[in-house]
Amino acid sequence: MDSLKLIARIADQEVAIATSLIESVVEVEAITRVPLAAPHIAGLAALRSRVLTIIDTYAALEIGHSPREGILQAVVVTIDHHLYGLLVDEVVDVAAIASEPDLLHAGLSRGWAHAALGLVEHNGKALLELDPARIVAGPAVLAA
Amino acid sequence: MDELLGEFIAETRETLEPLASEIVAWELAPDDRARLDSIFRFVHTVKGSCGFLDLPRLERLSHAAEGALAEVREGSRRPDKALVSGVLCIIDRIGELVEALAAGEPYPEGGDDALILALEPGNDPDEAAPASAHAQPQPQAGPRAPARSIRLPVELLDRMMAGVSDMVLARNELSRRLRDRGNDGSIDAAFERLSTCVAEMRESITRTRMQRIDGLFSALPRMVRDLSADLAKQVLLAVDGGDVELDREMIEMIRDPLTHIVRNAIDHGIELPAERQAAGKPASGTLRVLARQSGNQILIEVADDGGGIDDERLVQKAIGAGLIARERAATMTRTERLELIFSAGLSTATAVTAISGRGVGMDVVRANVERIGGTVDIDTQPGRGCRLTLRVPMTLTIIPALTFSVGAELFAIPRGAIDEIVRASGGSVVVERVGNSPVARIRGERVPVVALDALLGIDSYIDPARAILVVVRASSGERYALLVDSVQDHEELVVKPAAPAIMATGIYAGTTLPDNGRPMLLINPAGVAHIAGVQAPDASMSAKSDVPEAVIETIPTLLFRAVDGAVRAIRLGLVERIEDVPSTAVANVGGRLRLSHDGRIVPLFGCEAVVPDKYDCVRVLLLGDGSSEIAYAIREVVDIHALSPDCLPASTPGPIAGVLLVGEMQVELIDCFWLFAQAGAGLGAAERPLCLFDRDDPWMRDVLRPIVEQAGYRVAYSGDPDDQAAAVMILSAERESGPPVSHAPVIRLRATADEDHAASGSVYRYDRSGLIAALVAAQGGR
Repeated sequence: MDSLKLIARIADQEVAIATSLIESVVEVEAITRVPLAAPHIAGLAALRSRVLTIIDTYAALEIGHSPREGILQAVVVTIDHHLYGLLVDEVVDVAAIASEPDLLHAGLSRGWAHAALGLVEHNGKALLELDPARIVAGPAVLAA
Repeated sequence: MDELLGEFIAETRETLEPLASEIVAWELAPDDRARLDSIFRFVHTVKGSCGFLDLPRLERLSHAAEGALAEVREGSRRPDKALVSGVLCIIDRIGELVEALAAGEPYPEGGDDALILALEPGNDPDEAAPASAHAQPQPQAGPRAPARSIRLPVELLDRMMAGVSDMVLARNELSRRLRDRGNDGSIDAAFERLSTCVAEMRESITRTRMQRIDGLFSALPRMVRDLSADLAKQVLLAVDGGDVELDREMIEMIRDPLTHIVRNAIDHGIELPAERQAAGKPASGTLRVLARQSGNQILIEVADDGGGIDDERLVQKAIGAGLIARERAATMTRTERLELIFSAGLSTATAVTAISGRGVGMDVVRANVERIGGTVDIDTQPGRGCRLTLRVPMTLTIIPALTFSVGAELFAIPRGAIDEIVRASGGSVVVERVGNSPVARIRGERVPVVALDALLGIDSYIDPARAILVVVRASSGERYALLVDSVQDHEELVVKPAAPAIMATGIYAGTTLPDNGRPMLLINPAGVAHIAGVQAPDASMSAKSDVPEAVIETIPTLLFRAVDGAVRAIRLGLVERIEDVPSTAVANVGGRLRLSHDGRIVPLFGCEAVVPDKYDCVRVLLLGDGSSEIAYAIREVVDIHALSPDCLPASTPGPIAGVLLVGEMQVELIDCFWLFAQAGAGLGAAERPLCLFDRDDPWMRDVLRPIVEQAGYRVAYSGDPDDQAAAVMILSAERESGPPVSHAPVIRLRATADEDHAASGSVYRYDRSGLIAALVAAQGGR
């Protein structure tokens, strides 16, 4: 079942994330700001009695800031025993994609290249498969 | 000891039960290595515990069995039938002895020798074993003492704890819903009961996770003995406070740091006996390890009376290692120098020894302790010794906290860290700006202020003068005041560690979900002090400290010779310019000296009449507080000193704030605050605006009058002949309708500090600055 991927849209790009890493997809309303934290930390939100750290995916990919208007969708992942919500513009689909991610050839901007595991094929389209852990770690400059 | 014994009995019983089947299996297949190993492990464990618990009989038996089994494991002996039955007899005997121990009954002496002898190669166990069976009545026949304790996996306790935490959150949510719906007596009572139950449950589950720190300390004597023997040093160990209780997990987390500190103390701290005697100290060094509880924290101190830490050598090493620049080193305070010991890649040991100095340094110790929300402090005197203090939270799970708001954001801070909460403009509190940083004077004591809105980049909603100061004492010793918008509530919060990216900021201790369901950040007082640059007063050093440059906050202060010849002082921050003005620019107008300067008229202080110099000029200090300006006549400037913010306050308010010590000289400090207050108040009696009081209010007559008069008003009472001329009237807010008066603006004073209950627009009657502001506003409105 490892081949199931969640397909979401981030900045007009469709990307894939392995569902084995995903706990759920939630709608986030109120985000508590975290002053002084790294720019890709959008803030905190509650998921029942647990606290989610919301990641500004755009900032993590170094392509600006995720939209913050209205109700936001976040992909919930657990990394190192902490819960994170990765902001996505829209969750499109869950699909079985059997192929292993192909190696990337050049051409991606630094942020995308840092977060991407490789290219996968879905419905005749090439999608970037992202690694949630690298998104959570933040821009490459900060992680270095 | 009883506790340990109980644990030993429980453990032995527990392992004996499954072992019974192992033994039978081993008897059938003596070559089975796995069975042999588990039996060997059992006797080995028993032997170890018995030595520690001083149970010589059990120790002898288990030692004999262990020896025989070891030979089998090595392959030097075949497990024949005789050996197997010999071991089995011993294990049975161990079981019987343990049961007797548990029941507190004496176990008949004798019979052990025969059992041990039976293990010798070539002896027939059948001769010994029946003998023992005959000698000892079977104790199992009697009722077995019921077990008083059970062993649980820690994960289960963690799950229970998480469950209770969620229960507390659910309770909080329910409480909020109930509050929203209004009162219902019967539901409230039931809810109260539920709350009590939840609280008790939480309390007892928290306790299940608590363990005496004894377990951590019990390993120390052996370690100290071995280390000092290896290093040819003599060390006396004194341990105190083993009964302090700490979360199990915390104990595990501080085990390594504590071990490291103790090793360091013996390896680097305590000197060789000959060196000690040469230094006039007893040949044996003393190592004191002490634990005590302080609020929500546990303090663990490790103090030695060794050579201490030479901060000069530390600095040289740090420069050598490229950690700091030489210029930086010259300006470092002693505390900062000692802090170097916590930097990565620095060891003062000249040679790497087997004991320490292997690259795992104090930086790792500090990192490990800080990871669990603790701190490490160091205090040392060269030649006298060194003391390291670990401060760790008792538990990370639930803490009482204060919540407060800054702008739209809510934060929490551990209640244990809070000294007091005051209004930024209360009667005994003044916030001044020193350079560009605010300092609060609270009942004469100066406390650095950390404006959270500025630190966190949040827009505050309120005027700083109306803000609240939360005076905090960080676990690392710094004392400062957090400037916040308003204080919300006291709450018990379930605190969980935040994501690493959030913890990395250093100013948060974790996250929590309060009643309203919006996640909130818990402020780490020590982290805020660190980021904001607040330094701890160097209180740990005694008065005899050999370092005079210990951290002292200073304010640049101008010393000048006043017109009357005395040397006085004024805080430099307020002095805008020093100028010579022609004496003709000074005139006595409107009851006081005034200086016309740059097209403005400013009040002149510092002299009764102008004393021009030979060029017919007067030297003045021009002082500004941002909005108004005053001049102060002087004879000459003496010097600028960096002086302590503390001064001995004058007994009555006036032009002199108090007395400062400059070297050996006592110098009067000018009270600029008072001067500015007076600036508008110097009018002649007839020209002063009239303030009307309520005649029926004795408080106004006795308490308020001097304050209003000092602010430059004439005071009259309602019904006085000239009450129609009043510029402003003061009434108490509680008084429904005042006596008939003129159309003067009315200031209403309320008796309570709480704004919510009072009529809108009223001023708390002890809010001096609020009152003055209202008076000014009333004047402006005319």
